[in-house]
Amino acid sequence: MAGTLSLTLKIWRQPNAQTRGHFETYQVDDVSPDMSFLEMLDVLNERLIRDGREPVAFDHDCREGICGACGMMINGQAHGPDAETTTCQLHMRRFRSGDTIVIEPWRAKAFPVVRDLVVDRSAFDRIMTAGGYISVNTGSAPEANSILVPKDESELAMNAAACIGCGACVAACKNASAMLFVSAKVSHLALLPQGDPERRRRVVSMIAQMDQEGFGGCTVTEECEAACPAGISVSNIARLNREYLKSALGGGK
Amino acid sequence: MIQASGNRLDSNIPDGPVAEKWDRRRFELKLVNAANKRKYTIIVVGTGLAGASAAASLGELGYNVLSFCLQDSPRRAHSIAAQGGINAAKNYPNDGDSIWRLFYDTVKGGDFRSREANVYRLAQISNLIIDHCVALGVPFAREYGGTLANRSFGGAQVSRTFYARGQTGQQLLLGAYGAMLRQVSAGKVKQIPRKEMLDLVVIDGVARGIVTRDLVTGKFEAFAGDAVVLCTGGYGNVFYLSTNAKSCNVTASWRCHKRGAYFANPCFTQIHPTCIPASGTHQSKLTLMSESLRNDGRVWVPKQQHDPRPPHEIPDADRDYFLERRYPTFGNLVPRDVASRAVKERCDAGFGVGSTGYAVYLDFREAIARDGVDTIRDKYGNLFQMYDKITAEDPYKTPMRIYPAIHYTMGGLWVNYDLESTIPGLFVLGEANFSDHGANRLGASALMQGLADGYFIIPYTMGQHLATRKLAKVSTDHPAFAQTLADAKARVEQIASINGRRTVDSIHRELGKEMWNRCGMSRDEAGLKATIERVRQLREEFWHDVKVPGTGESFNQNLEHAGRVADFLEFAELLAADALHRKESCGGHFREEYQTPDHEALRDDENFCYVAAWEFQGADKPEALHKEPLAFEAIPLASRSYK
Repeated sequence: MAGTLSLTLKIWRQPNAQTRGHFETYQVDDVSPDMSFLEMLDVLNERLIRDGREPVAFDHDCREGICGACGMMINGQAHGPDAETTTCQLHMRRFRSGDTIVIEPWRAKAFPVVRDLVVDRSAFDRIMTAGGYISVNTGSAPEANSILVPKDESELAMNAAACIGCGACVAACKNASAMLFVSAKVSHLALLPQGDPERRRRVVSMIAQMDQEGFGGCTVTEECEAACPAGISVSNIARLNREYLKSALGGGK
Repeated sequence: MIQASGNRLDSNIPDGPVAEKWDRRRFELKLVNAANKRKYTIIVVGTGLAGASAAASLGELGYNVLSFCLQDSPRRAHSIAAQGGINAAKNYPNDGDSIWRLFYDTVKGGDFRSREANVYRLAQISNLIIDHCVALGVPFAREYGGTLANRSFGGAQVSRTFYARGQTGQQLLLGAYGAMLRQVSAGKVKQIPRKEMLDLVVIDGVARGIVTRDLVTGKFEAFAGDAVVLCTGGYGNVFYLSTNAKSCNVTASWRCHKRGAYFANPCFTQIHPTCIPASGTHQSKLTLMSESLRNDGRVWVPKQQHDPRPPHEIPDADRDYFLERRYPTFGNLVPRDVASRAVKERCDAGFGVGSTGYAVYLDFREAIARDGVDTIRDKYGNLFQMYDKITAEDPYKTPMRIYPAIHYTMGGLWVNYDLESTIPGLFVLGEANFSDHGANRLGASALMQGLADGYFIIPYTMGQHLATRKLAKVSTDHPAFAQTLADAKARVEQIASINGRRTVDSIHRELGKEMWNRCGMSRDEAGLKATIERVRQLREEFWHDVKVPGTGESFNQNLEHAGRVADFLEFAELLAADALHRKESCGGHFREEYQTPDHEALRDDENFCYVAAWEFQGADKPEALHKEPLAFEAIPLASRSYK
């Protein structure tokens, strides 16, 4: 095993949404390169607690890259420097002893800060509520193999469905646009025959909700794709635009 | 520990042949008139597969549903992390599967400690789940002709597992989440995130509401309803290191237990054989590598103890493929408990690999040579990538190192056939109940059970409760709400005010280590007794010496954790006591004293063919044991053999 790391952390501290935040600087030593980024923060927090200070708040849960709970700006990059990697899967071997790491919450009008690195992403749930599903009641489904889905289409749908809803796309975008997130769900369902009956209505109402939440517009800088830990492609945004156009021309039915 | 007491357990299993029981029960169950459903409010706690599917299907029927979760969004529930797949008896591959075979495999896999009638129903419903999930748009893997693909999975000789890459749980959960949000949009479900259930409100013996703490503001609130549906998952985090998400906890179940719900078979915990080994003392959780990997990966250790050579320098002649050697019929696909114990045995005997010696190899060399790297990448790409990220080793080139970890808990709150606990009006679904997996769960069965309970069982059985019991209207003005709320608040305030020296995490880690070492993969009487003593000491230490900075009136994750650890410290004692009382080995419960000459689990059907359901008797009093005898009518009792 390589030697341990000594790091300087500049972390955004903000007690709640009403109070102004600021950066605080912490020194952490004896960081094992095998630690995950969150485990490094755990070590800092344990020390803060022992000193009677309040630990740094951050959302996290599964710690295996799938729940989408964790996420922070690490040196200005959503989820840090590694491609297709959530914060919980980023490991300290990626850093060098002596590094300074700046850690901030997602910055977006639609994601207000709750505390420290925790933000409110309920806007995503509201967008999904506007139409991110197929309307079928329990008990009324036909036999599963009566719906044939070509393998390639199914794979494309799965690529889009892999979105973990972490919000990195919004955080990485200079406009704080949620287009990649919305396009992933619209694509997933538009690519499947089961999603076809509602595809026009779905895209219109999800986009309307997205606009209402205060997300910015898309100017195709593709930062979202670069930051996405689930590898969601911006080609989904192109599909979203086509779906939206077709729906607008077709009256949104 | 055990007190004699009257048996109040009625499992309510319908009469008749096992294959007809569910039809019969569905006919017997009383219905609530469509126009009356809107008069009822149902509280659903948890938004995993069980909770989200229950909220969706109850909402579709017209009930008013209040859906709670402690995460920032219902989509984060830990079902999302399930990788491998979901079983169903579709028999699409024409390889001999049937409802009866899925039933048989599940009863046998559970080592004859589950309830036959429940398991049969689960197998029956399995096919409906696949139909429904496909209709919801779950992108299951497909064949070129457009039909659904299947794979075989740990412990099964047929290919009955449906999957969406290594993200089946995610896709099923997002399907159920969408179905639930559709009801949010329809106004039938109210979704309430970041509120943690801290107690159950019982009025006239019936569950009528819950008390929650808002995790952002710290505010305590009460919610009233006509039924409470608990879908709060398992208690694997009592071991600290497990594959569970960090927020998984026993609190909601434990508070219901203290209000009168019996806790069944808490010692039935599952160790998953294929997890990434711990790398150091900072380890905060363990990561599962799906057991689907065992379809193509071969498990081995060097034949020579403490062999210093790297794996690629060890020729086949010097490798011991010990699962294939010991279990020629099932080989690498033996059930989880059998595989885990074999791995532990090899490591304890000095054959383990890696820096700690507590790991074995899972090797894809042969599969890659046979099928090509692209095929293997198609099947397992995301898992290999995840492994690489965590360990900085490339499994395409060097074998994975794996070791068992706590993954699932078969025990849970006792429920009858209708999934109702011993508190009328309190239903328990998914991993939080005990009913379907006996002493060991087969792979790809947890997703099946969560969705069966939520989509296809609770919508029927809920009606019986509402239609047959005269429920007085209650509101949160009832004194029971004020009292329960005051209790919950006082407890949290007490924790916040101790201001001792030890961190919550340090106590949790110590508890976990104790439980893993003496109450984990193998157990014995002396160790279990010592564990109970140690847990009591730790509990004392917690209540005198824990340190939680900040206040209860704010977003305080450390305080949340403290409350959950306080409950684990009570629950751990019951888990160990249950393990101590069960003087046999079965499934995931392995008692050193009870094993065959070749170290397999030795069941005692004469004395222990029952569900152990524990009744809370008051703080620091021994719990009372109630026994629900298990009858095996359709599948005769037999010892498991995977040789």
